[in-house]
Amino acid sequence: MKFYRSHILIGIDDESLKAGVKRIENALRNELEKYELADEINIMETGALGYFGTGISMLVYPEQITYVNISEEDIKEIVQEHFLKGRVVNRLVLEEKITGMYDYNYKGRIVLSNSGLIDPEDIDEYLGTGGYEAWEKALAINPSEIVEIVKKSGLRGRGGAGFPTGLKWSFTAPLEADQKYLVINADEGEPGTFKDRLIMEGDPHKLLEGIMISAYAIGATKAYIYIRGEYKLCISRLKKAIEQAKKYGLIGENIFGSGFDLDIKIKIGAGAYVCGEETALIESMEGNRGTPRAKPPFPGVEGAWKKPTVVNNVETITNVPAILQNGADWYLHFGVENCSGTKVYTVMGDVKLPGLCEVDMGTTLRTIINQYGGGVKEGKKFKAALVGGAAGVFLPNKLLDVKMDYNNLKEYSAVLGSGAILVMNETADIIDMLWSVIRFFRHESCGKCSPCANGNEVLFKLIDNIRKGEGKKEDLDKMIHIAEMMNLSCFCALGQSLLMPVKSAIDNFRDDFLEKIKK
Amino acid sequence: MKTLEELRKIREKAQNEMKMRNSESRVKVVVGMGTSGIALGARDVMKAILDEVSNRKLTDVLVTQTGEKGLSSMEPVVDVIEKGKPKITYGNVTPENARKIVVEHIVNGKVVSDLVVATKND
Repeated sequence: MKFYRSHILIGIDDESLKAGVKRIENALRNELEKYELADEINIMETGALGYFGTGISMLVYPEQITYVNISEEDIKEIVQEHFLKGRVVNRLVLEEKITGMYDYNYKGRIVLSNSGLIDPEDIDEYLGTGGYEAWEKALAINPSEIVEIVKKSGLRGRGGAGFPTGLKWSFTAPLEADQKYLVINADEGEPGTFKDRLIMEGDPHKLLEGIMISAYAIGATKAYIYIRGEYKLCISRLKKAIEQAKKYGLIGENIFGSGFDLDIKIKIGAGAYVCGEETALIESMEGNRGTPRAKPPFPGVEGAWKKPTVVNNVETITNVPAILQNGADWYLHFGVENCSGTKVYTVMGDVKLPGLCEVDMGTTLRTIINQYGGGVKEGKKFKAALVGGAAGVFLPNKLLDVKMDYNNLKEYSAVLGSGAILVMNETADIIDMLWSVIRFFRHESCGKCSPCANGNEVLFKLIDNIRKGEGKKEDLDKMIHIAEMMNLSCFCALGQSLLMPVKSAIDNFRDDFLEKIKK
Repeated sequence: MKTLEELRKIREKAQNEMKMRNSESRVKVVVGMGTSGIALGARDVMKAILDEVSNRKLTDVLVTQTGEKGLSSMEPVVDVIEKGKPKITYGNVTPENARKIVVEHIVNGKVVSDLVVATKND
């Protein structure tokens, strides 16, 4: 065993890679070498540390100091001052009080419990955190018991719709079929959502363990991770993790003598928004054009290659190992009634600390923005938050204290969606925002059904006119009417969900629209 | 392919190694690394301590460094801090003495009194 007096965790994700983190890491290694510190100080690559807009950052243990915005020139100073002489380079230290994702002592982290703390490319580190204990436990019990545990835990799908996971499994688990599939939806196409990317980059083995347990529970011997092509780092880390799991015999044939076989494969998507819809995703996975299928039959009965298929989101499945390990009752302690557990949010826009946080279900929007997002930046006032991505709702000031969970938000015709929270300050233009949302839907409509294809065209024309100052007062109600029609008649969730942003923007900010129309 | 028994062993080993990243340790050893400390061999003292801690597989010891402490004439200076006990400061530490401090003080719990230059109650 090698003893290191200090550990440096460098946050490696897509953003920091583009910012040249590898070059900095090399410089750091060379500099440590120069001062003969290389055997005393361990450099590790980990997933994103949870900060955004702070350039290249690293976390130093045991001091638990985070350096941000590090440039190559700073490395010399950090090594000479901090690692050689023990003097912290204050000018590079992240000053904001650390909370949420950044607070590594916070015990409420389930999905992100290891992110930014372990080396995601080393299976031994995951094992060291108690990893794959739940998988061992799962193999010793009956699959139907696992379905019951997950049902009792109240886990709900984290992809947006919030369907109870245990219930979904219970449709597929008892079916007799020569082949069943588990598909992980890692397409994450919702604008502003990047939670799944950071989960996979930071702790790929936890996702794999969740897949193993879930596949065993429903009797699927093949699992696919359908992932966006842009997520290069996730793909390479997942591939590495699958290799390691195979080598350790955690997946493969007759796993630990249980008689259960499992193979996990990665399928790469091409970035169409509609492919986040489960039936379109299955079509795309089969090699067809990504358009949704008619339901029923539901994928749980007839999905990929006409076999029973369960499609779950990354975050949902990542919750499963902890539920099995600690029991359903433990999981029920988190969150609120009828909506247990935690939720990972991506907070961005006009906040001081854009980034990622994992909080209990039912935490208010105000808490998330102020405590985890650091509040609205530059001392400006809060105007609105777009919650749930493009297919989300505009929440005004008066709804800041609404508890965020699947049930409660429904009362305000809002949704939690994928957990994206885009904060806008008083200077933001809601019309502009809605224009971008509709433009996005117009671009992403797959064209299979006419209410969506045509509806989006008309809506875009209307909002474009209003934006140019050529709109009429009646246009507002017309837009809501069209969106309502689309909600009733569109083939899949893509067209159906446009009602939420359109209606919430116009209802909550009608004055803004009227002012623009008057001008 | 590994058996479940082998997996458990890997898990235990990794757990021990990761413990060292935790800032809650039984003993904290702080080496003074100011300019004069380094000039008088604090680096070699640090290396000796790390080597000894590593060889003895002490997972509950934290070794860190600090800047000039104002005891230039007694450099290299090493502090040993244990919870609930007075802070012991050793002066004029050589690599050999450093090893002695690890063995006698940290492992066996006996202060090496002839090297102590100061003690301080929290």
